[in-house]
Amino acid sequence: MERQLLQRAKEAFVSGRARPLEFRLQQLHALQRMILEKETEISTALKQDINRSQYDTPLLELIGIENEIKLAIEKLAQWAAPRPVEKNLFTISDEVYIQPEPLGVVLIIGAWNYPWALTLIPLVGAIAAGNAAVVKPSELSECSSLLLHALLPRYLDKDLYPVVTGGVSETQQLLRLRFDHIFYTGGSTAGKLVMEAAARHLTPVTLELGGKSPCYIDKDCDVRTACRRVTWGKFVNCGQTCIAPDYILCEPCIQGQVVEFIRQTLLEFYGADPKCSPDYSRIINQQHFSRIMSLMEGYTPVVGGQSDSSQCYIAPTVLKDVPPHSRLMQEEIFGPVLPIVTVSDMEDAINFINEREKPLALYIFCSDQKAIKRMIEETTSGGVTVNDVMMHYTVSSLPFGGVGQSGMGRYHGKHTFDQLSHQRACLIRSLKMERVNLARYPPQDRRRARRVRMALRSPLIDMSKRTLIWAVVATILGIGLFITLLVILLIAAGLNCTCWYWRGFYN
Amino acid sequence: MSQEELVVERARRSFQTGRSKPLEFRLQQLRRLQSFLKERQEDIKDALQKDLGKSGCASELYELLVVEAELQLSLTRLAEWAAPRPVEKNLFTLSDEVYVRPEPLGVVLIVGPWNYPWSLTLLPLVGAIAAGNAAIVKPSEISSTSSTVIKQLLPLYLDKDLYQVVEGGVPETQQLLKQRFDHIFYTGSTAVGKLVMEAAAPHLTPVTLELGGKSPCYIDKDCDIRIACRRITWAKLINCGQTCIAPDFILCEPSVQNRVVEEIRRCVKEFYADSPKTSDDYGRIINQRQFKRIVGLMEGCTIAFGGDADESQGYIGPTVLKNVTGDSRVMQEEIFGPLLPIVTVQSVDEAIHFINEREKPLALYVFSHNAKLIEKVLAETSSGALVANDCIVHFLDSALPFGGVGHSGMGRYRGRHTFDQLSNLRSCMIKQLKMEGLNSMRYPPHSTKKLGWARRFLLSQLNVQKLRNMAMLAMLTCLAAFVVQSANQCWHHRRIIYWKLVHEACPAYCLVPKAIILLRIISSKAASFTQTTALSLRDNVFLSRKPAHTSTLLLITQHASLPLVEGLLCSAVPALKLSSRCRSSAAGVQSGPSLYWSKHFIFVLM
Repeated sequence: MERQLLQRAKEAFVSGRARPLEFRLQQLHALQRMILEKETEISTALKQDINRSQYDTPLLELIGIENEIKLAIEKLAQWAAPRPVEKNLFTISDEVYIQPEPLGVVLIIGAWNYPWALTLIPLVGAIAAGNAAVVKPSELSECSSLLLHALLPRYLDKDLYPVVTGGVSETQQLLRLRFDHIFYTGGSTAGKLVMEAAARHLTPVTLELGGKSPCYIDKDCDVRTACRRVTWGKFVNCGQTCIAPDYILCEPCIQGQVVEFIRQTLLEFYGADPKCSPDYSRIINQQHFSRIMSLMEGYTPVVGGQSDSSQCYIAPTVLKDVPPHSRLMQEEIFGPVLPIVTVSDMEDAINFINEREKPLALYIFCSDQKAIKRMIEETTSGGVTVNDVMMHYTVSSLPFGGVGQSGMGRYHGKHTFDQLSHQRACLIRSLKMERVNLARYPPQDRRRARRVRMALRSPLIDMSKRTLIWAVVATILGIGLFITLLVILLIAAGLNCTCWYWRGFYN
Repeated sequence: MSQEELVVERARRSFQTGRSKPLEFRLQQLRRLQSFLKERQEDIKDALQKDLGKSGCASELYELLVVEAELQLSLTRLAEWAAPRPVEKNLFTLSDEVYVRPEPLGVVLIVGPWNYPWSLTLLPLVGAIAAGNAAIVKPSEISSTSSTVIKQLLPLYLDKDLYQVVEGGVPETQQLLKQRFDHIFYTGSTAVGKLVMEAAAPHLTPVTLELGGKSPCYIDKDCDIRIACRRITWAKLINCGQTCIAPDFILCEPSVQNRVVEEIRRCVKEFYADSPKTSDDYGRIINQRQFKRIVGLMEGCTIAFGGDADESQGYIGPTVLKNVTGDSRVMQEEIFGPLLPIVTVQSVDEAIHFINEREKPLALYVFSHNAKLIEKVLAETSSGALVANDCIVHFLDSALPFGGVGHSGMGRYRGRHTFDQLSNLRSCMIKQLKMEGLNSMRYPPHSTKKLGWARRFLLSQLNVQKLRNMAMLAMLTCLAAFVVQSANQCWHHRRIIYWKLVHEACPAYCLVPKAIILLRIISSKAASFTQTTALSLRDNVFLSRKPAHTSTLLLITQHASLPLVEGLLCSAVPALKLSSRCRSSAAGVQSGPSLYWSKHFIFVLM
């Protein structure tokens, strides 16, 4: 089944119909139409999957996809055009450029926490880059997955962009096949399996994994605003966001304040009982529910802590004074549990972050520019947002992706296009000027080597239009200056025009 | 703890001290590497002579020069590469700092190949140092002399803890691959590439694989075959054919096959005289195993010329095979030796089909005068790189990314691309803790109204770049308008003085000099035209007492140029538009053309 789908996609790709820009644009427009027309259905599916509020789905997923499509439609011609590179003396008379090319068939494995955005944004890139794509939405968000399976073929080309639904065994089947790129969003453990499977076919992979994203709150900043932003980021989608702040690092003196402000914000956001709030989501399934519950064991929550296994409901929970080596601090929480770890100062916080795996995101709340700069310089992570959470995800000009255990490869906007394209180096020379090449042919001697050295070591020149304009302007100015100098010299040498006039030259 | 573990541990610990991060340190290490190449040139050449029989000049030309050029480029450009790269902003992030910051990854493993043991090992190292990483260098054990020299000499020049060299064969490499790195840069064969990637997967280490493949070379029948064959022969026989981007086989039409063979024979003679075996410039096969493999590939093929071999020296003469079919053994694996099979195809379409049937090659070469044909091959095939009318030289250009696709590898390097490949491009966004009111649209409790606001805000992603350009344009036009206006004022006074001068100097019947002077006054500057609007009324009155010729002349010039200037003014500032239109109507000029011009003008500027 999977094999046949891939075969069909491959044949459709080889036929070359995914390549013309018009086709890609048309498919992107169709996808855009799907998002606009089926917004209610999509929201309903997510309501069923994780009880997400009908307003949150457009806010967190659909607007992002729409933006991404709009950007791709607007910029596609520019992205897909050949990109001239700098030339040196050696290639000065040649055409040298990078040509982005489609890779072939891309496998996109989506995640269940944001089943639309994390599946469709890579798809937008795949379509834009002219690839065929096999889409495999996560089986855990069942309603969304089925809806995608039903909707996508109605709007997009059936052969080029098939949807495969199914669980682990289907995914394993898929991974055994040979793709030209695999784009996986999900957990680190599965990410390793994906990469291992890809290694057998030498398929490049983009892995968007998770990790424990730290959130440092400095004692001198506006703690109230900071806590509002953190609370939103942590408890949106019931904490099931890969770039949600995983834990808070702060000094002991402000811990009480932080807890108090979070409590206040929660009251404002979700009311006295979050269970009744239409804006508060649920945990995806029982397995994750019990995992998160077991993480909380042995702590007395300072805020929240209630749960209801029949609904997979866990209340927004804050834990105080969590020891750095507890189990809670070993794995990604991916639920509405927010531990606070106290550190003595910023130095300590930096060490704490550097001791652990490189996170997908790092959040810093601080008003001191120098301290911010230092913290960014001395740590590493996939992305950083200062004085807010998750916002770097929304800027499509910023590459989004992890480093180390939090993933590899970058996407969003042009970066998705580049990630799913092959950047082919092109050098178009002519068969003339063979004499110049003599230097490189055997029999070789020192003199010839020296000549090649000169050409190779000449600096790279940017041969774009701007350089040309500058060159022309500089030349004109130079000539102008030269003429002025000549005139001045002539006058200084005694060629006086006025004396000709008086001699009667003009009369 | 095994030795490999210790090595990696030591490199990691010294990376964590952060001393590889400052730009000065990186530059200093790069300069050391530069002096290493300069001072130890003789040692390097000797090693290459022993390993691959490369002559001194060939070593310099194909190995050291590229690294030197790369070092030079890195030294001059490093500050630019390592600086934060601001990205486009949208309406939401207008007041924030948004940039991409290249950061070192950590410890990089560089596994080098044996065919170019210096350049293909040192080029990634240059990038690793430039990007601020620590690096473990593992030169190939097959080119054993070079490997030993690297091991002995590199630590004398570079930081001993940060950049370490590990020698050894397969078991040592396997041990190394079990360690956790932050990036693995492997150059070598496809089969080992797979193992490297599989070993990297458990640690989720990103890999750059520079593998090989059968790079096709298509010769169009209408091109200058003599020169094409020269370039191919040169590229194929460098390093005795042991080059990953050497043209692996030739595709051409049957009608030119014999000519191709003949030309190649001539070139071989020209390059290596009568016997390549005694020529200094002809290399040797690296070892007995490779020698046997290559000789085995020749079996069952028609040898057009060459085919001589000497096992004791690892020598195989330049060999061309004729009428080779796609399913013969020599066409199944990368040759990596001085055999050049010629496969005949009927047309360029068949050639494209032939190429597409096989794995994507590392490089594709096309020889043709026909730009359309080159375009066609480019569009309908895929390969790591495409070079038209030459071979191999794209590797020398450090502006072009070098790397494969599919089975010929993944990841790109050379110059800036190496730097980016071995850096973590971290996205940074620095906001303020102010304007919390704006955020309330994303906070619960949600309502339709809030969502509407969010939609309006997020979807109307104004391109800031465009806005900035528009603002700049408006400012420039304002400035231009201002200049024009003040020029007017000056000219106004001057003109009256001029006119008086002319009037007094020449008698009333001297029409010609008068007209010339008038023309010069008006046409000397585009700016001066505008004043005609303001002054036209007065001028007309003024001129009406003068001979009719002059006044018509002035009026003609005035009417011809007015709309253009008017348009400029109108498009510049809406406020100006009104006043200038009033003026022009006062002067009796229709505002129709000026409106047309203003529209046209805006269009041109866009």
